[in-house]
Amino acid sequence: MIIFGIDTSCDDTSVALLEDGKRILSNIVSSQVDLHRLFGGVVPEIASRKHIELIENISRGAIEEAGITYQNIDVISVTAGPGLIGSILVGLCFAKGLSLALNKPLIGINHIQAHAVSIFLEREVDFPFIALVVSGGHTVILLMESPLRFKVLGTTRDDAAGEAFDKIAKYLGIGYPGGKIIEEYAEKGQKDYVRFPRPMINDNNYDFSFSGLKTAIINYIKKYGVTTQNINDILSSFQEAAFDVLTLKTIRASREHDIKRIVVGGGVASNSRLREKFLETGQKENIEVIFSSPHFCTDNGAMIAVLGYFYFKEGIVSPLDVKGYSRMMLH
Amino acid sequence: MERTECISRNPSDTWDIGEDIGRHAKPGDVYALYGELGAGKTQLVKGIARGIGVKDWLYVVSPSFTIVNIYEGVYNLFHVDFYRIEGDEVDSIHVEEFLDNGIVVVEWADRAKWWNGVIKIYIENIGEEERSIVIVKP
Repeated sequence: MIIFGIDTSCDDTSVALLEDGKRILSNIVSSQVDLHRLFGGVVPEIASRKHIELIENISRGAIEEAGITYQNIDVISVTAGPGLIGSILVGLCFAKGLSLALNKPLIGINHIQAHAVSIFLEREVDFPFIALVVSGGHTVILLMESPLRFKVLGTTRDDAAGEAFDKIAKYLGIGYPGGKIIEEYAEKGQKDYVRFPRPMINDNNYDFSFSGLKTAIINYIKKYGVTTQNINDILSSFQEAAFDVLTLKTIRASREHDIKRIVVGGGVASNSRLREKFLETGQKENIEVIFSSPHFCTDNGAMIAVLGYFYFKEGIVSPLDVKGYSRMMLH
Repeated sequence: MERTECISRNPSDTWDIGEDIGRHAKPGDVYALYGELGAGKTQLVKGIARGIGVKDWLYVVSPSFTIVNIYEGVYNLFHVDFYRIEGDEVDSIHVEEFLDNGIVVVEWADRAKWWNGVIKIYIENIGEEERSIVIVKP
């Protein structure tokens, strides 16, 4: 069985072909990072226009790379939300057209849930597990009972973690994407140079807040200035504060639900300091922490296809009028 | 023109000020927010959401990523953010189309030109936590 997976929820147009839920026949991600670097962020109209220009070519490329034809596709799996609605609609409409033309079922996928199960592209993981999905648009802790059943335990109340990184990088004029650039500066700095706040770290819930941390950095820079000497230290201290909260709250969710497995996904999950912190803390607490490979941490069509596979196996497909959405329902 | 200035000492004060704005809002109102990164624009919108009866007001998040978030209260709150867009792309959002059944609050409003009748809110840092919030009604 061959599943065609499409993701256009943010800046990448991604298409993948997945066989029997396991074998990736092709997985193409058109990174638009170069375009966005010019603007210091994802530029939405450019993003949706680019998706329109790219999606057909990328789909054809994926089909060719897989060595199949459109007629071999059995199921079309596509991100319906959450994300940038204009971009999502491009992928969703393309998928609907394909579903009609090929007369094959369509499955609308929750992008966050797909990040949480993307690990199945690489290995098996026993359920239940705690998933942290952390990226430029999302910061969510999920309790995954099965690929299809999950509870949202916590989420950000203001900025996503990656968004705070992007905004700080833009504020300092050091480029885009912020996460990767800040990681490079942070590696050269002292992480205990400034004790920035760890927002909500002691609150009795699994929610996050990164906007107060962002404000604290800006206040610090306004007060003390930033030089080529201290920029590494400031950014290292900022990164450490953000990661302390992410690690501690996710580990706490694991401990309090007595679930000894954590899966971390999303773009920020490819940060090596975050990995190090999770592995260290996990080891102390006897919790297994599993990360996707970096190329499956970023948005990709393969994770959309693998979740589509789980739905299809259970006999669940979507109606052709499935709606796109920008926000995830939390309750 | 009517000008009101409030002082907020912390984010929770900002929520209260927002709540008051929300309580007095009417469908069709547009609020243009001005203030630099970290000023507390999203915090004020949380308060406005509470003021118009959005149950999940605590989860009103930054729309920088999604550009427009919609929340349901007594009527709809359209939370718009121009942080990532400029020029023609700002016009493509068509804020006026949201006004039939709700209010619109726009962050980074300096990226757009506004018509008469838009309520402008300026948030300015006057200390690490303190903010001056000036509301200018036409």
